[in-house]
Amino acid sequence: MNRNIINFVVTIIIAYILSLFMDWYSVMIAAFLSALLISLKRTAVFFIPFLAILLFWTIYSFVLGNANDFTMANRIAVLLPLGGNSYLLILVTGIIGGITAGIAAVFGKQLRLISKKQ
Amino acid sequence: MKFFKLLISFVLTIGIFYALNTKFGSIPPIGKFLNPYNGIWQNETNETVDGEIFIPGLKNKVTVHYDEQLIPHVFAENETDLYKAQGYLTAKHRLWQMEFQTYAAAGRLSEIIGDEALEYDRQERRRGMGYGAEKALEAMNEDTETSKYVEAYADGVNAYINQLDPIDYPVEYKLLDYKPEAWTPKKTALLLMYMTKMLAGGDSDMQYTNALRLFGKERFDLLYPDFYDITDPIIPKETNWDFIDVPQTKTPNTDVVLDSISETLEQPNPDNGSNNWAVSGEKSYSGNPILANDPHLGLNLPAIWFIMQLSTPNHDALGATIPGALGVISGFNQHIAWGETNATRDVIDWYKIKFNEDGTKYKYDGQWKNITYRIEDIKVRGKESFVDSIRFTHHGPVVFDKNFKSDNERVGYAMKWIGHLGGNNQRTFLDLNKGKNYDDYTKALSHYTAPAQNFVFASTEGDIALWIQGKLPNKWEGQGKFIMDGSDPTNDWQGFIPQQFNAHVKNPERGFVSSANQHPVDENYPFYVFNDGYETYRNRVINDFFNSKEKLNIQDFKDLHNNNYNLKAAELMPYMLENMDISELNTEEKKIYNQAKAWDYNNNINEVGPSIWRYWWSQVYDLLWDEFEVEDTVLDTPFTYQTIYLLKNNGDDEFMDIVDTPRKEVAKDLFLIGFKNTVDYLNNWKTENGDYTWGNYKGTYAGHLLQALPAFSRFDIPIGGDRNIVNATSENHGPSWRMIVEMTSPPTALGIYPGGQSGNPGSKYYDNFIDDWAAGKYHSLNFLQSNKATEVIIGTQILKPTTNE
Repeated sequence: MNRNIINFVVTIIIAYILSLFMDWYSVMIAAFLSALLISLKRTAVFFIPFLAILLFWTIYSFVLGNANDFTMANRIAVLLPLGGNSYLLILVTGIIGGITAGIAAVFGKQLRLISKKQ
Repeated sequence: MKFFKLLISFVLTIGIFYALNTKFGSIPPIGKFLNPYNGIWQNETNETVDGEIFIPGLKNKVTVHYDEQLIPHVFAENETDLYKAQGYLTAKHRLWQMEFQTYAAAGRLSEIIGDEALEYDRQERRRGMGYGAEKALEAMNEDTETSKYVEAYADGVNAYINQLDPIDYPVEYKLLDYKPEAWTPKKTALLLMYMTKMLAGGDSDMQYTNALRLFGKERFDLLYPDFYDITDPIIPKETNWDFIDVPQTKTPNTDVVLDSISETLEQPNPDNGSNNWAVSGEKSYSGNPILANDPHLGLNLPAIWFIMQLSTPNHDALGATIPGALGVISGFNQHIAWGETNATRDVIDWYKIKFNEDGTKYKYDGQWKNITYRIEDIKVRGKESFVDSIRFTHHGPVVFDKNFKSDNERVGYAMKWIGHLGGNNQRTFLDLNKGKNYDDYTKALSHYTAPAQNFVFASTEGDIALWIQGKLPNKWEGQGKFIMDGSDPTNDWQGFIPQQFNAHVKNPERGFVSSANQHPVDENYPFYVFNDGYETYRNRVINDFFNSKEKLNIQDFKDLHNNNYNLKAAELMPYMLENMDISELNTEEKKIYNQAKAWDYNNNINEVGPSIWRYWWSQVYDLLWDEFEVEDTVLDTPFTYQTIYLLKNNGDDEFMDIVDTPRKEVAKDLFLIGFKNTVDYLNNWKTENGDYTWGNYKGTYAGHLLQALPAFSRFDIPIGGDRNIVNATSENHGPSWRMIVEMTSPPTALGIYPGGQSGNPGSKYYDNFIDDWAAGKYHSLNFLQSNKATEVIIGTQILKPTTNE
């Protein structure tokens, strides 16, 4: 299987497991670990975990919001302000998780490169 | 290079974590706030209304039936369990609100918001809010029963808080990034102080002193009369006061202190008021007395009221509670019904204090008396604490001195306030909840000190009554209207009106009792009552309504609550239209003139008349009182009623002149100038906002407690009315709870409020009453007669004692 796909899946699995007992920043640990374990190349280093967590968080948010007709999401989308569009809020949520994960993965990759060299 | 990349990526990683986990100004920590694990997505929840909950310290199980309005009907085996359950359930639905209000009361908002709130906090501390709450707590603790229940309530709130994980915190905690702290009996005392400030925290002593100095006594008395030429007081005019055998305090020969400071404390909204009334069996369609109450307060979300039924085997009360306080505040039980309107009296006085050289003593009765100090440590989020030391005299706190809004080293102004004297006001409500008849009602009231209220009453036995209850100083004629010399003992409050001599009425001949914040009594009441800015419009519309009808039914009561008749406009606008020179109006002005003429003086949402009146009146009022715009001097412009009286009867008075113009204006000139301004203004408004029909123009809204944060508020609520109208709904203020109770056995009741039972903006119960409220509709209040779910119940929750305790 393509390493990109493996990394993508592993990132989501670790993130999901960590989410059961850890706070939001555990996505950083998930992306960091999968970057150490499954090395990717060039922009994929950032974008694969970015997309993985983006997907994970958007689905998770959608499920929570959908169960309650997005009552809160519609309000928060006024607060932020996103024109009251709760889908945009879901996307923003996903992007925030994704960026955080992506950056942590870049750090993981750099650490792997250093340790490989020595 | 590799190490450099590693370093950069490491810094970036830490940086993004910090950036997303930290609050910047009013921007919440965005990662913490938005993530789906424990951020706002977890607040996408509706209420749970079933299942079992274990609560430490309960003696027996408590059953909670929820009806479809999400009103909890609570059945406990004893009162301690009942109030514990009340605390638990109130916290469950309104935790953030109840805690935030006590932070606001205590002057602790800086802890949550930061130094933006520091000025506010300092003011609340200097006003003595914490000090007053401590006094109230002392009084509550003297009564073992009250203190037991207040403790139980606190335990209930804490049982809820202790069950919460950060994931469950109400959304406002996530937004502001803090967490709830433990509830204490002192917080209940603070909440009651918050109400006292809201309803008895206003005064005009500094303003009146300034007006007296600027305009002289004769002019002052014309502008601010103790009684108007008409009075329709709460206690009917024909009341015989012969039973009162305690005289009014004798007037000493003291001089007025004609001092001035440039700023005063923030005043509560002058529109805080209410209506209540009851009709006797003879005047009721069914032979049962009927009672109604609608408190006019700020329209906030979460709403100020939370409806509950609170039952034990010995009593059974239903009605509006206030999150943080125990029992039903405005409601009924199987035997009696009660409701309140605000009974403002002058219960704040200011004393000028002369300090000795080092400011540690003050002059009193020819001697130097010691100051006591109260150190207020104001915690500020993200900054060092601010420490304010406040000097106390025997009058009360020296609010204004060199450290606060004044620069005079040797002079300060001390506040005497009923709110500082303590009192077990909670007891009154606990007892009313259990009351069975008129005697129980009067006994319950005897504990009540502040904020003074007009307590309306009706019983299934057929009595109706209204007591004006509060601890009210027995003042000498004129005492406390102006700043007083704090060194002269005759200026102190000399005593209080004995409770049994507080003005009241029981089963009056006219067949009804009513109050609408008007003058409590007429001139014949033997104690000094000066005009505390009393209402003069709603009371007359209400009393005329009752006098005009032989019998009243529930529909009449609803109609009266929703009555939009604008008596104030009807008393002036025809006069303005008639006396203004219209010969030179242009076509635009003619058009609006004709619109104004066609108005029938009802403030309905589709009319344009109310919008024309509103702006025109404010223009005329401001033009008339332009003499009151004096730099660095606080002044109150004269009462509305008196202003209209002067415009119609003294149209050529010196005050009518606009100081800034060379010519000499009289009343009808003000009408014309004001009218032309109104036409310009409304036409501009129309270009920007569309039709200026009253509903659009007024734009009533219910604002979230955090400065009406749009995301959590409701705007453009289609409802008529205005201030000084029985339906007293202005922009952000109005009937915060409407209740009608017919004294059948058991009583049958209707109620509604502009909000919803849930404090969670993510719940459909957050604001679900607003549309019906605006439309003048009511919901039946399901008074369950036994601990059995009826067909109106959507879910039952059992609160159980934890077994291992």
